[in-house]
Amino acid sequence: MSLSRQDVEKIAHLARLLISEQQMPVYVTSLSAILAFVDQLAKVDTAGVAPMAHPLAGQTQRLRTDEVTETDQHDKYQANASAVQGGLYLVPRVIE
Amino acid sequence: MSLENHPKDAMLHDRSIGELGALLDRGEVSSLELTRHLLARIEALNPVLNALVSVTAAQAIAAASLADRRRAAGESGPLLGIPLIHKDIFCTDGVRTSCGSRMLDNFIAPYDATVVARLKAAGAVMLGKANMDEFAMGSSNETSFYGPVKNPWDLGKVPGGSSGGSAAAVAARLAPFATGTDTGGSIRQPAALTGVTGIKPTYGRVSRYGMIAFASSLDQAGVFTRSAADAATVLQAMAGFDPRDSTSVDLPVPDYRAALGASLKGLKIGLLKEFSDGLEPRNAALIEAALEVFRSLGAETLEMSLPNLPLSVPTYYVVAPAECSSNLSRFDGVRFGYRCEDPRDLMDLYKRSRGEGFGAEVKRRIMTGTYVLSAGYFDAYYLKAQKVRQLITNDFRAAFERVDLLLGPTTPTPAFAIGAKIDDPVTMYLNDIYTIGANLAGVPALSMPGGFIDGLPMGVQLIGPHFAEARLLNAAHQYQLATDWHDRVAPGIT
Amino acid sequence: MSDWEVVIGLEIHAQLATRSKIFSGAATAYGAPPNSQASLVDLAYPGVLPVLNAEAVRMAVKFGLAIGAQIAERSIFARKNYFYPDLPKGYQISQYEQPVVGRGAIDIVLDDGVRKTVGITRAHLEEDAGKSLHEGLAHASGIDLNRAGTPLLEIVSEPDMRSAKEAVAYMKKLHTLVRYLEICDGNMQEGSFRCDANVSVRPRGREKFGTRAEIKNLNSFRFVEKAIHYEVARQVELLESGGHVIQETRLYDSDKDETRSMRSKEEANDYRYFPDPDLLPLQIGREFIESVRATLPELPDQKAARFAAGFELSAYDAGVLSASRELGAYFEAVVDAVGAPHAKLAANWVMGELSSALNRDSLEIRDARVDPRALGGLLQRIVDATISGKIAKDVFEAMWSEGQDADAIIAAKGLRQITDTGAIAAVIDAVIAANPKQLADYRAGKDKLFGFFIGQVMKATEGKANPAQLNELLRAKLGGA
Repeated sequence: MSLSRQDVEKIAHLARLLISEQQMPVYVTSLSAILAFVDQLAKVDTAGVAPMAHPLAGQTQRLRTDEVTETDQHDKYQANASAVQGGLYLVPRVIE
Repeated sequence: MSLENHPKDAMLHDRSIGELGALLDRGEVSSLELTRHLLARIEALNPVLNALVSVTAAQAIAAASLADRRRAAGESGPLLGIPLIHKDIFCTDGVRTSCGSRMLDNFIAPYDATVVARLKAAGAVMLGKANMDEFAMGSSNETSFYGPVKNPWDLGKVPGGSSGGSAAAVAARLAPFATGTDTGGSIRQPAALTGVTGIKPTYGRVSRYGMIAFASSLDQAGVFTRSAADAATVLQAMAGFDPRDSTSVDLPVPDYRAALGASLKGLKIGLLKEFSDGLEPRNAALIEAALEVFRSLGAETLEMSLPNLPLSVPTYYVVAPAECSSNLSRFDGVRFGYRCEDPRDLMDLYKRSRGEGFGAEVKRRIMTGTYVLSAGYFDAYYLKAQKVRQLITNDFRAAFERVDLLLGPTTPTPAFAIGAKIDDPVTMYLNDIYTIGANLAGVPALSMPGGFIDGLPMGVQLIGPHFAEARLLNAAHQYQLATDWHDRVAPGIT
Repeated sequence: MSDWEVVIGLEIHAQLATRSKIFSGAATAYGAPPNSQASLVDLAYPGVLPVLNAEAVRMAVKFGLAIGAQIAERSIFARKNYFYPDLPKGYQISQYEQPVVGRGAIDIVLDDGVRKTVGITRAHLEEDAGKSLHEGLAHASGIDLNRAGTPLLEIVSEPDMRSAKEAVAYMKKLHTLVRYLEICDGNMQEGSFRCDANVSVRPRGREKFGTRAEIKNLNSFRFVEKAIHYEVARQVELLESGGHVIQETRLYDSDKDETRSMRSKEEANDYRYFPDPDLLPLQIGREFIESVRATLPELPDQKAARFAAGFELSAYDAGVLSASRELGAYFEAVVDAVGAPHAKLAANWVMGELSSALNRDSLEIRDARVDPRALGGLLQRIVDATISGKIAKDVFEAMWSEGQDADAIIAAKGLRQITDTGAIAAVIDAVIAANPKQLADYRAGKDKLFGFFIGQVMKATEGKANPAQLNELLRAKLGGA
């Protein structure tokens, strides 16, 4: 599988990553190489094999009791944020 | 790089956890003295090794004093007052947790990871946070925002990755143990390349809560020590059910130390055919020598084939990037982490914060993962890889119906030169060819020093069935009683 | 318009009434200060992990059982990946390929009394997003993640509805049902119960569906109806003028009463769903299902059927009185107090005087100022002819404002009905004597004047003459007896 520049631009957009002009060819080459490498999986006969989403077969989801265990710590949690006003996280204006 | 100024303490950093515990118990040394000694050693050696990205001296002094008070009050415990270094992937309350990334260069975790909390409760004293490949993506520690870690055995060589800082720190005896995480070999590969013991437990054995996720179905926390016996002590404290992690397993933790002494008589060890085929002759000779040691200890050895194992690396490089692409979406410049200057609009905020905050390898993996999950490619890549993953897992299951442990090399070669492979991702990915299988199947595996090539340490890898950590540690400990590879120290780092 | 058939399917998001969030221990209360109920998990802090709330699962199963659906023995949580500021992880945890609730159905009753079954394709558990706020912020939006992680049950219907009225009837029915089940408070202003509508039109008689538009986030019954009307008109006009409908997401603007395209600039969504590796398969065993089944209340349809059959009510009345558990319980308590033979009287009063009083004062049934026992006591006085129905309305008003019981008010105001035949006859005689001309006209054939005499007697007795007795006596006396 070889990717075009347009393919990589589309992926970068989907992943919300700004890739510089100079770096773009590097990613086109390396992502193509990685996909070519993993393409060997296509040859494997997996007929009748269920995809494995999790390493521990037979384990099932545990359920938590419905209890409020958290307290308001927004001051502490927001100390890591760059832009906060009145308890709100700020982002450039979202228009819908 | 010797520390002539500290003759009294000169040997303290060479002591095992067990020995230090005895010294502390007898009052021959205090945790405070031990901690100060190691902090001084870090101050002297870290500028060269770059193994730590944060040194938490003040907190360490406070924690050591607390441990001493606890001991004075009659408490005891194998880790009470023992210093350690945490891989900087574990969240530490009030301490920068960078994950080796510019993205989190300014991030102060507001909580402790479960691993951190458990070790804290056991009285272990954190000296600092270890350098690592950015977001644990790398096999050489060269992708760190804080620069590469140097291998104590040869400062021109990589220590392996992603837990390279932890491995180098233990190899350089900056601390008797360090935590690590292993998604595709990130504990075992650097352990092998720096001549220390590293264990990746069964998926679910140690809580992932507070461990910054790379690939959630593969990540598992473990530990670097200088011996299997020490690893048993630390794993004992780390392992166990955590209600905050849905994938953590609610099974009792066996007494790992008690199991160390068991005889290996009758133990069936399978030599992994797929790993020995085409192995570099000197590496093959080390593996054969290790098998011979086990035979001399009463184990039976036989060749085992896991036919799908060679598919591990391509399978991994679909599954891991897929999960990583999603796990790393939360880094968007809004609630924590790097935020670009003056974003024009929301799209600009996202793209520049992420484009500038993440390094090249992380971006590459996010894009790989985004691609393999995207419409039109999901079945051919992600779903296909998860099916092959099942085949690989079935191979392990079948193998463990016939043998108790599998044995093979940890890495194809010893440590390589810094800069040698960083521009060729696929070649770099192949460093993990022997370690990835265990992550895909979720089984526990351990690397222990098994000899040298060109003066550089090499690892022997043991792989066990799910929850067979006690058996792995027992076999490694018996091996280490019969060999002294693990006691060798890097020349020049005294 | 008649050449076109409307096809509607609804996706209803019901916030489940759990105390804590679906994957964290943060509170779900509405209206808290910004981000005060956003825990590390809700904020998607590095390293945190989700743990599923048992109550959310229980509520989803309860809903599934109520609509006769298959409960999946095994269901899977997936990640729906997209970037948006109100979605802190960059993905929403939802159920995609294997939802917890499978196919079911509910019946709706239309205005003309026709019953219709609407299929429910599935219902799945997922987490709600946060909110973006814009007021008072220059060039910025503020993100409040208190709502992030609130459990949602997304209920997806089949495209079975053929008009806005049917869609509203379906939505109201589900609204009733989730409140019956006590799995959702149904508060639409607060967004606890909201709806996306998939709307398309096709030439009548054609089997193939037209291209649909999805109208997002409709949070009132009225908006659903108006948005569908607008959207249908837009699509028909488009098609009749030779254009075609594009599949897209549209937003209903209630101020302008129109829908408009939401993401025209955006690329086609590629959500990259995959199973969430942080969560294991949800296994629901027989025992769990039976334990939930044991908690199922009488459902609205069951209650309505019981009211209709047991109390001889019309289907309409039975439907109204079973529209909420509280109203049904109130009605039954009134019936208890007044006696089952008088259930129809109780129904009329609950739907009439009581409902008007509640509406007038904007009160919920649980806040009614007259409790069901007191209302039953009042009705008892109608039944035993102590007061007339008309007087009873005045008594009810007094009870509502003064809080006393009926007997106390009747006694205090002297409202007891005159039932003594002699006393009534005496008043009648006096009225007749005072109005000879009207008497003559009546006897000459002006029947309508009967009412005049009734009025005069009632006036003289201050409305207290027993109406039945008055009627009988007056007729006899005017007839010359």
